[in-house]
Amino acid sequence: MVKVVVWGSLRAATNGAATVDVEAVNFKDVLVQLEQKYPGLKPQIERGVSLAIDGTIYRDAWFTPVKPDSEVVLMPLMVGG
Amino acid sequence: MALDTEKRDFKIVGTRAPRPDGIDKVTGRAQFGADKSAPGMLVGQILRSPHAHARIKSIDTSAAEALSGVKSVITSADFDKASNSFNQDALDNCMAREKALYHGHAVAAVAAISPSVAKQALKLIKVDYEVLPHVIEVEDAIKPDAPIVQECRQAADTPAGLSQNITHQMSFGHGDLDAGFAKADLVIERSFKTAATHQGYIEPHACLATMGSDGKADLWCCTQGQYYVRELCADFLGMETSQLRVTASEIGGGFGGKTTVFIEPVALALSRKAGKPVKLVMTRDEVFKATGPTISTFSDVKIGMTKDGRITAAHAMLRYQGGAFPCGTIEFGLMSAFAAYDLEAVTAEGFNVMTNRPRQAAYRAPGAPVAIYPVESVVDELCQQLDLDPLDVRLKNAASKGTKSSYGPTFDDIGLVATLEAAKAHPHYSAPLGPNQGRGLSCGFWFNFGGNTSVSLNLNADGTVGIVEGNPDIGGSRASISQMAAEELGIPYDNIRTTIADTSSLGFNDVTDGSRVTFAVGLATIKAARDAIQKMCKRVAKLWDIDEDAVVWEDGYAKPAGPNAGDFEPMSIAEIAAMANSTGGPIAGHHEVNADGAGVSFGVHLVDLEIDPETGHTTILRYTVFQDAGKAVNPDYVEGQMQGGAVQGIGWALNEEYIYGDDGLLQNPGFLDYRIPVASDLPPIEAVILEIPNPGHPYGVRGVGETSIVPPLAALSNGVSRAIGHRMYQLPMSPPKILKTIKG
Repeated sequence: MVKVVVWGSLRAATNGAATVDVEAVNFKDVLVQLEQKYPGLKPQIERGVSLAIDGTIYRDAWFTPVKPDSEVVLMPLMVGG
Repeated sequence: MALDTEKRDFKIVGTRAPRPDGIDKVTGRAQFGADKSAPGMLVGQILRSPHAHARIKSIDTSAAEALSGVKSVITSADFDKASNSFNQDALDNCMAREKALYHGHAVAAVAAISPSVAKQALKLIKVDYEVLPHVIEVEDAIKPDAPIVQECRQAADTPAGLSQNITHQMSFGHGDLDAGFAKADLVIERSFKTAATHQGYIEPHACLATMGSDGKADLWCCTQGQYYVRELCADFLGMETSQLRVTASEIGGGFGGKTTVFIEPVALALSRKAGKPVKLVMTRDEVFKATGPTISTFSDVKIGMTKDGRITAAHAMLRYQGGAFPCGTIEFGLMSAFAAYDLEAVTAEGFNVMTNRPRQAAYRAPGAPVAIYPVESVVDELCQQLDLDPLDVRLKNAASKGTKSSYGPTFDDIGLVATLEAAKAHPHYSAPLGPNQGRGLSCGFWFNFGGNTSVSLNLNADGTVGIVEGNPDIGGSRASISQMAAEELGIPYDNIRTTIADTSSLGFNDVTDGSRVTFAVGLATIKAARDAIQKMCKRVAKLWDIDEDAVVWEDGYAKPAGPNAGDFEPMSIAEIAAMANSTGGPIAGHHEVNADGAGVSFGVHLVDLEIDPETGHTTILRYTVFQDAGKAVNPDYVEGQMQGGAVQGIGWALNEEYIYGDDGLLQNPGFLDYRIPVASDLPPIEAVILEIPNPGHPYGVRGVGETSIVPPLAALSNGVSRAIGHRMYQLPMSPPKILKTIKG
C-alpha cells in the first residue's frame, strides 16, 4: 500500500483523513485508485493535479513508479507565469 | 534526468556568451507581433463594453456590415462551443456571450480595409445592454448579497454565509495550531490588502491571421506558447489542430500575461469570414482593460513566536479575486505562503472570488508574491517587537533538506539557508542607515516545473549545428540552450544557432512559463546532443571498423576509447559532418520529454530606502538580490531575471494599481496614470547568484525566472515600516498612503 497525503480542503472527500492508503505502483495507479476509493476526489483530479513523489513534483507522468515507502503528496496542477 | 555523477569543469556553460538576438533588437530587424504584413491584409478592431456588468440583450451589426470597406463583422455567435469549461472561459473572455462581465470586455469585432473604416464600423454596431449591478473589491464580492458575476460557478464547498462568487476553496498545512500558538511568547495577527497590477509588458498583443477557403490557417502572434494558442484557437473555431500553424514572433515582454489568448481567435474568425488576412493590434488602453492583470487580495495572517525567535505556529487566510471567471491562482498562494519555514503547526486556507474585472492572467510566480508579502510582514513585525535580528530569525526557522514543507512534500536539496547566509555575510546587511531610512528583508519562493518539451539538433555539412526548439525566448533561452549544446558537443558557441519552431515544425511544447525553459529545454537539448554524439560515434566506429563502444566523444572529436580500440586519428565534428551523406545520411539528435525534477527555488532580497517625511515619497537607495540558480548557464541572463523581478516587485509595492471608479470603470488604463518604475527610479540592483545544484538536471540547473518577483513586496513594506516607525499593511505604498500612515 502507498500512503497518499491529500490537502486540507479535499479531506471532506476522504472522510476527514489527511493520509489515505491505495494499492498503486505508479503515478497513474495512484490517481485511478484515489478516484475509485474516494469518488469525491474525482472532480479535482479531472481538473488537474500533480503528485509530489519523494519530494519531486510530477505532472501527468503516468509511469513514474511509486514504492510502498514513497512519500506521495497530492497537489494542484502546477502552472507558472 | 539526474545530475551528472561525474563532476565537470564547464567551458561554455557559466560564461557570459553574447545574446544571439542582440543585434536584431537594437537595429530594429527583429520582428515582433505587429511587424508582420500580408498582401490584401485587413485591419481588425474590437468593440468593447462601456459597462462593468451588463446583459447583452441584442447586437445589431447590419449597419456596420453595410459600410463600404468593411469585410467582416463577428460576435460570439461566430465561434464554436469550447470543448471544456476552462477553454470556454478563455473563449468567453475573448468575446462576451450573454453578459459583458467587465469594463472593456469584447462584444464584437470588425475587419476593414483601413483603421478609419474599422473605427467607423465599430460605431455603427448597436448593442442593447441591460446594465447590472457590479462588484469590484474582494471584500465586497464575498458578501452573501453581492452582485453575482456568473451564476452556477460557485465552489461546492463554499463556507456558509459567503457569496456565490466564490469559486475555489482550499487549505494546506499540518500540525496543531492551538497548541503551537499556546507555546508562543508573542502572537501577532494582521490584515493586508494588495491591489491588482498588470504585467506591464511593453509590447501590446498583436497578431496576423490568415485563413483560406480550404480551412487551412496561419497565425503569427506574440505569445509565450504557440502550441497552446493553436490548441485554444482550433478548439474555438472548430478546426483540426493540424490545419492551424502558429508562429511565435519575437516577444516584447510577457511575464505570464501572454500565456493565453485574447485577440488571436478573434483575428482568425474575422479572417475566416472575410477570406483575407487580418491584422489585429491592441492599443495600450485595450491591454490594460482587457488583458490579464494579476489578482488583488485581502488576507489575514497570524504567527506565534518565542522570545528567542522560534515560530511556534502560523495561520493564513488568503482571499483572492481573479476577475470575472473562476481562477485557481489561490492554490499557489496557499502553497507558497509559508514554504520558507520549517514549521510544526501551519495552515494556509483561502478562496478565490469572482468580480467584475478582467480575467486574471498569470504573472511571474502567480499567487506567491501576495501570499508571502503578509507572512514576511508579520515575521518582521514579530522581530521588531521581540527585538530580534530578522535575518537570524529566518535562519533559525528556515526550511532545509528534510523539512516537511507547509504544502506537504519533504524538501530535497534546497538553497534557502545558503541564500540567507550569503545575505547575512554581505556588506549590504551591516551598512549604516541614516535618518528616515529603513532596511527591509524578505524571503521568496517558487516551485518551478519542467513539462513537455521537444528539441531537434541538426548537424550541418560544415560541422555547425542548428537547434530547433519550441519555446519563445522571453529571457535569454536561445543563448542558454546554445551554450548547453556547445558544452555537450565540445564546439564553439558561435557554431550553434538556436531557432524557435512554429507548431508544424516540431513536436509539442508546453508554454514558456513556470521558469521551465532553461531547465526543461536545456535538459532536452543535452539529451538531443548526446543522441547526436552517439550517432556520430557509431558512424566513426564503422569507418574505423571497430566496436561502437570503442569510440568516445571528447571536446568535439570522436576518439578511440583507449589503446585497445586501435590507433586512429581523432575525427572532428566537421569531418564527420562532411562525410555524413556517404556514411548513412543526415545526422540529427532528438529528445522529447515531459521533464520532472525542476527543483524549487528560494531568494532573499535586501533593500535600503528613504522616506521623505513631507511628501511620503520613497527613494530606493540600495537593493541586493540573493538567489539560488542551481547552475547559472549564462550569468548575464540570470542577473537580468533577478533584477527584472526585483524591479517589477518594486513597482507592485510602491505604485502600481488598477483604480476603479464607483461606476466600476477602470480609471487608469495607460502608463501615464499607471506608474511602473523606470530606470531613473532605481539604483543599480546587485545580483548575488548562488549555485546549489539541482539534483534533477544534468548540469544542476534550476529555473530562475519567477522567484525574484516574490520577495520585493514584503522587503519594501518592511523597509518602509522601519523607516517611518509605523507598520504598513496595504499595497501599493504610494506617497499619500505613506503620509497618511505617518500622520496616524
